[in-house]
Amino acid sequence: MTERAIATEQCCIAIVGGGSAGLALAAEARRLGAKNVVVLEREQSAGGVPRHCGHYPFGLREYGRLMKGPDYARRNVAAACAVGVDLRTGATVSRLLPGGGLEVVQDGYAYTVRAERVVLCTGVREASRAQRMISGDRPSGIVTTGALQGMVYLAGQAPFRRPIILGSELVSYSAIQTCAHLGIRPVAMVEEEPNTLAPGQLQLYLRLRGVPLHTGVSDLAIRGKGRVEAVSFTDMTGQRLAIETDGVIISGRFLPESALLRASHLEVDPLSGGPVTDQHGRCSDPAFFAAGNLLRPAETSGFCWREGRRAAAHVVADLARPRDMDRHTVAIRAEDPAIGFVSPQRVVIGRESSASGPLHVGLALPLNGVLQATSAGRVLWSGAGKARPVRRVHLPLDKILAARPEADIVVSRVEVR
Amino acid sequence: MSDHGRSPGGAPFDVAIIGAGVVGCAIARRLTLDGARVVVLEKARDVLDGASKGNSAILHTGFDAPPGSLEQACVASGYAEYLNIAPALNLPILKSGAMVLAWTTEQLAALPGLIGKAHRNGVPDVAPLERDEILRREPNLSRDVLGGFEVPGEYLIDPWTTAHAYILQALANGASLRRGAEVLGGHRGKEIWTLNTSTGDVHAHYVINCAGLYGDVVDRRLLGRSTFKIRPRKGQFVVFDKPASALASAILLPVPSKTTKGIVVCRTIFGNLLVGPTAEDQDDREDASTDRATLEALRGQGIKMLPGLADCEITATYAGLRPACEFPEYQVMQEDGYVTVGAIRSTGLSAALGIARHVAEMIGPLGTPLTEPVIPLVDRLSEHHPRDWQCDGHDGIVCHCELVTRREIERVLTGPMPPASLQGLKRRTRVTMGRCQGFYCLPELARITTGRLEVPMDVPTGMSEGKDHD
Repeated sequence: MTERAIATEQCCIAIVGGGSAGLALAAEARRLGAKNVVVLEREQSAGGVPRHCGHYPFGLREYGRLMKGPDYARRNVAAACAVGVDLRTGATVSRLLPGGGLEVVQDGYAYTVRAERVVLCTGVREASRAQRMISGDRPSGIVTTGALQGMVYLAGQAPFRRPIILGSELVSYSAIQTCAHLGIRPVAMVEEEPNTLAPGQLQLYLRLRGVPLHTGVSDLAIRGKGRVEAVSFTDMTGQRLAIETDGVIISGRFLPESALLRASHLEVDPLSGGPVTDQHGRCSDPAFFAAGNLLRPAETSGFCWREGRRAAAHVVADLARPRDMDRHTVAIRAEDPAIGFVSPQRVVIGRESSASGPLHVGLALPLNGVLQATSAGRVLWSGAGKARPVRRVHLPLDKILAARPEADIVVSRVEVR
Repeated sequence: MSDHGRSPGGAPFDVAIIGAGVVGCAIARRLTLDGARVVVLEKARDVLDGASKGNSAILHTGFDAPPGSLEQACVASGYAEYLNIAPALNLPILKSGAMVLAWTTEQLAALPGLIGKAHRNGVPDVAPLERDEILRREPNLSRDVLGGFEVPGEYLIDPWTTAHAYILQALANGASLRRGAEVLGGHRGKEIWTLNTSTGDVHAHYVINCAGLYGDVVDRRLLGRSTFKIRPRKGQFVVFDKPASALASAILLPVPSKTTKGIVVCRTIFGNLLVGPTAEDQDDREDASTDRATLEALRGQGIKMLPGLADCEITATYAGLRPACEFPEYQVMQEDGYVTVGAIRSTGLSAALGIARHVAEMIGPLGTPLTEPVIPLVDRLSEHHPRDWQCDGHDGIVCHCELVTRREIERVLTGPMPPASLQGLKRRTRVTMGRCQGFYCLPELARITTGRLEVPMDVPTGMSEGKDHD
C-alpha cells in the first residue's frame, strides 16, 4: 500500500471509460468550453471495443471515411487529445463516491477525483457461457466474440480452428469475419430462438460463407475433455445432433458493464442492467450521468459516439446549474410481456422537457404490431414497431414529451381486436 | 527434481504420495516438515485437477460430522491447525460464521438434535437463534425462515491457494513433485515400493494413495484389490457477482435430511456469493458437466432464501466431484508400507491438515522434524484483504473483474510451480474468474502466456490434437 496520504484532484467533468461514447463526450465537452475534462480508461490503450474489431464499417458518419475498428478507435483518441482532454490509461476506477467523486488506482497509486459531474461510459460486454447457463463440460476453447477478436487482432492468436458460433446477432456475423481473417471457417451457427436475431437477409452471407445455420435448437450442450470436442443439441424437428468442433464462440446477448454501478449508491434498473436515468442520461445522484451502451445493450459504436456528443451538451449546460435543483420527473415503464426494458426509465417534464435521443424499447419477444405510450390513460404517441427478440425499437421520445405527459408513461402494444 | 526415481542422493524416497489434491498436498507438507523425503506423483498436468477443483470453500468446524468418526476428528484437528498456520502462510480467512436454518416445521423439530450433536463434537458455541434474531442479523433473508442456530466458528477460505500453499511449502523444504506422472502399476519388494509411472519408475519406502476420484483404481493397481468403490457425487454450483455478497453475512446452511444434505448459500473469500451444491451420484469419474435445468433450479432455490438474488448477475457456474463411496466414513487404512486415504468427500478441504497428522502418526517418524522450515508466501487473492493492485509497481491490472495484476501473473508464471494451462493460471491468480469470464482480459493473457504454458491458449495452424487430455 502507498504510505502517503491519498491525493484529491478537482476537475469539471470526469468520464469513466474511454470508448466511443466516452471519448466523443470528452472531446465535445472541451469544444463546448468545459475547462478540465478527464477520461479514466482502465485498459493500457483507449478506444474501447472498436480497438479489436479489425473490420469495416466504422466512422463513416463521424469522420466521412470508411474505417476499420482500430483506426476508428485511434481517430477518437486523437480527436479527444487534440482538444486537450486529459486522457489517462491504465487508470482503474475502484469506487464511485456520492456527490461526484471517484476513487482511482493508476500504476499502483491511489487517488481521488472530485468532479463537478461524473459521466459513466463503461460500455457493454457479451454474456458469458455461465450467464447463458449453457450446459455441458468446461473444456478450453470457449470464448466470447469480444475475447476472440482481441486474441486475433491484438494478440495474433487463435483459440481454435473450426469453431461453432452460438448466437445469431450482428456480432455473430462479425465472428465469422474474424474467423475469415484467420483463414478458418466456423462449422455452424446455432441459435436457440426460432429465427436468427440479425436481419434475415444476412442469412445469404452464411450461405456464401458456407456456414450451416441451425435455429430453434434446444438442450444445447458443450462436450469435451480438455478441449472442446462437440456441441450437441436437439433441432427443430426433434432430432438430436452433435457437431464436431474444437471451439465455441459465445456471441451476443450484450450486458451493460455495470460492476462499478452496482457496487455504488446509484440506482440500477434490473431490466436494462444499466443505471436508472432521465432522458439526458442523469442518474439517481444528480452529479452522475451515463452515456453509451452502459445505458442498455447494445447499439453500434457510431450510435454511442453520437450519444456521447449529445450528452456532452447536456452535461456542459448542467455545469452552470445547481446540482440539487428540484426536477419534476415521471417514470417510464413497460406493461407488456414482449418488452424487456425501456431506457430512459424516467423523464424530466416541464421546463427541462426536451429529448435529443430516442426511447429505447428492448424486446423480450418478437414484436410486429403497434406500440403506444400512454399517460394517465391518455395516448401520447402510437406507431408501428417491428423487431426480433433481444433487439430493440426506438420510439420518438421528443414526440412523446411534446404531448405533455403529467403522470407516469406506460409503453405497451395496442391490443388488436 | 530427482533423477531415476530416487530422492536427491540416490536413495529411495521415504514416501511417494499419489495424487496432488488438497489431501495429497497437505500430507506432503506434513511429512516433509516432519523430515521425510517426499515425492508427489500427479497424473494430471497440474495439481488440484480432480476433486479439489470445485468445492464450497468453507473451513468447517465439523459440528455436523458423525460423532466419534475419523472424519469428525480430522475436521476438528484440521480446523485448529488451519487457523494456527493461516497467518504465517499468508492464507486469507474470513470469520463469517454460519447459521443452520429451518424452513419447515420438520426441520425446526430437528434443530435441538443437531445442536446436541455439535456440542458432542466439541463445538460448544453452537447455539439456537430465534427467528427474529436471524432476520435481524440477515435482513435480506426470506421471511419464510422459521428458526435456526448459529455456528460462529465457520470461516470462508480460498480452496486453491490453500492447497498450493501446502505443496509449495513441501517443495520449498525439499519435496519433489512430478506432474503428468500417472501410476500405472507397482510392487513391493524388500521393504521398498517400485511404482511404474507414465514418466518412469519411482522407488519409495511408503506409498500413500491420495488419488481421490481414482482411489479404488490405484488400490487395485498396487494391491490388486480395493475394499471400497468410488462413486462420484457431483455438486453443481451457481456463483453470483460481487454485489450479491451484500445479501448475506453468515454461511447459510440447510438442515440436512435423510436423503440430502441440501444446498448452501454463502459468500466466498473472493467477494462473490455461491449457491450449491447439488448431490448427483454418477459412475463417471470425469464428468463435471453442468446443466441448465439444474443451474436454474439452484438459482431459484437461492432466490427463495434471498429474494434479492433475483436482480443479481451470475458470474460463474461449475461442478465439483466428491469422491464418495458405498461407506459413510473415510476409508483410511494401512498395510505393508501402503496407506490408503480414500473417499474423502466434501469435508476434504477442512480435514486435510487433520488427515495429514493422522497419516503421519499412522506411519510413525521417518526423519528429524525440520526446526526452521522455509515458509514460501503466496499471493492473497481475497476480496477482504489488501491486494497487489493496491500496491506500487504492479505493472498494470490485467483482469479488471478480479483486479489481477501483471506482477501477480508473472510471479506465478516464474514461480516454483508454474501452471500448465490457463485453468491452472486461473486457480493461482483468479484471472478470468470474474463476471466477464475473459471477455476483456483473454487477449492480454494470450500475449503474456505465449510460449509459457504447456497447454497454450493459442491453437497453431494445422494443429494436431494432443494425444492426452488434461
